[in-house]
Amino acid sequence: MNYNKQQAAAIKDLLYKIADDQLIIGHRNSEWTGLGPILEEDIAFSSIAQDKIGQSQHIYGILHTLGEKDPDTIAFTRGVKEFKCCHFVEYPIGEYDFSLMRNFLFNHAEAARFDMLSGSSFEPIQKLAKKYRGEIKYHTMHSDTWIKQLARATDESHNRMQKVLNDSFNLALGIFEESEHYGVLHEMKVFEGENSLKSKWLETIIPIFESALLKIPGQDSWKPSLGGRKGLHTGYLPALLDEMCEVFKIDPKAEW
Amino acid sequence: MVITNFKYDLWESIKREDIIRALEEVMDPEIPTISIVDLGIVNEVKINDDYSVSVTLIPTFAGCPALKHIEDLVRDKIGMLGIRTVDVKTTFDEQWNTNMITEKGLEGLKKHGLAPPEKHDGLVRINLLEKVKCPNCGSKNTTLNSPFGPTLCRSIHYCNDCLNAFEHFKPV
Repeated sequence: MNYNKQQAAAIKDLLYKIADDQLIIGHRNSEWTGLGPILEEDIAFSSIAQDKIGQSQHIYGILHTLGEKDPDTIAFTRGVKEFKCCHFVEYPIGEYDFSLMRNFLFNHAEAARFDMLSGSSFEPIQKLAKKYRGEIKYHTMHSDTWIKQLARATDESHNRMQKVLNDSFNLALGIFEESEHYGVLHEMKVFEGENSLKSKWLETIIPIFESALLKIPGQDSWKPSLGGRKGLHTGYLPALLDEMCEVFKIDPKAEW
Repeated sequence: MVITNFKYDLWESIKREDIIRALEEVMDPEIPTISIVDLGIVNEVKINDDYSVSVTLIPTFAGCPALKHIEDLVRDKIGMLGIRTVDVKTTFDEQWNTNMITEKGLEGLKKHGLAPPEKHDGLVRINLLEKVKCPNCGSKNTTLNSPFGPTLCRSIHYCNDCLNAFEHFKPV
């Protein structure tokens, strides 16, 4: 299929934001390697990190076929403003409650996104989406289990999960920042759009929260943390990129 | 090393089955008791008109670190048959799932001490992981410890009868 300039730009923008979200949250998850509260959690966060970074690599691979640089160059040499990830994934890992809640909210958004994309008219992403759905199932399985477990264990754990849900909800809403390319993608049947994705996400997470006796903040307090999709980031991202790219930048031409 | 004076008629006599047989000796680097053919990741083997060979692999997991290594192993193995140009690539055109593992492959997993994945209808549900048969004693009185194990494709379980922890090749 041949795309005109505007269509190609829209597809690239979509791919960049999906892959950047995965790369950055993958990096954050990897920060638990060696620090997990129990061995199984250490392994779980490390494996989820490996999955997400691996998935981002193949999406960068599609971008490469569309004329962008190779995956390593894309991942390690871009400036902060060229990243299209949402603010939520940039935040430091914080305490375990935040990392778990972030994974829960993000994983379900990602699962719904790849569900939608598995019907996309853009074949390369459609094929990857079908593959990724199966892998992400294990990510949601992990976060669902812990959210339910901790929210129903003791008063302290319940209160902490409720508080961290309140604190992270607006950040999570930032995942669904609508793109200026929305119309083009929708018309081409590449992607249905962020609003429709958000509805699907809410349909999935609300029943799980109900069974966990947690409540999402009332709609009048919703203020999505926006800007990430346009390259406007929190101060956490440059610090993360400095660390993530440090070794690569010592010798960008090195063969690995 | 460039092999010169190679007999062209030898190339011409090579059949697709010879290549498959060679690939049956390429073992998964992380589970050396299963070949990549039995794992189901060899998607296509083609002998081209110029007697070069193209092999298409489909990855088990997108983030599998063994992918590049497996590509190299395939290239080396087919090269040993005397074929000079071997084109190996990995695609997502078809999506691998654990139903593609052959019977022999499932046996290979057991040999490595892994509980094999259950067949599924394309949709993996959590209950598939709850009562996995223990590869040590055969009991189904087991508990899922973690859906993540030492490699991306394994989960960790505990057998309440023989009191051993074991790993399971998880269904995807």
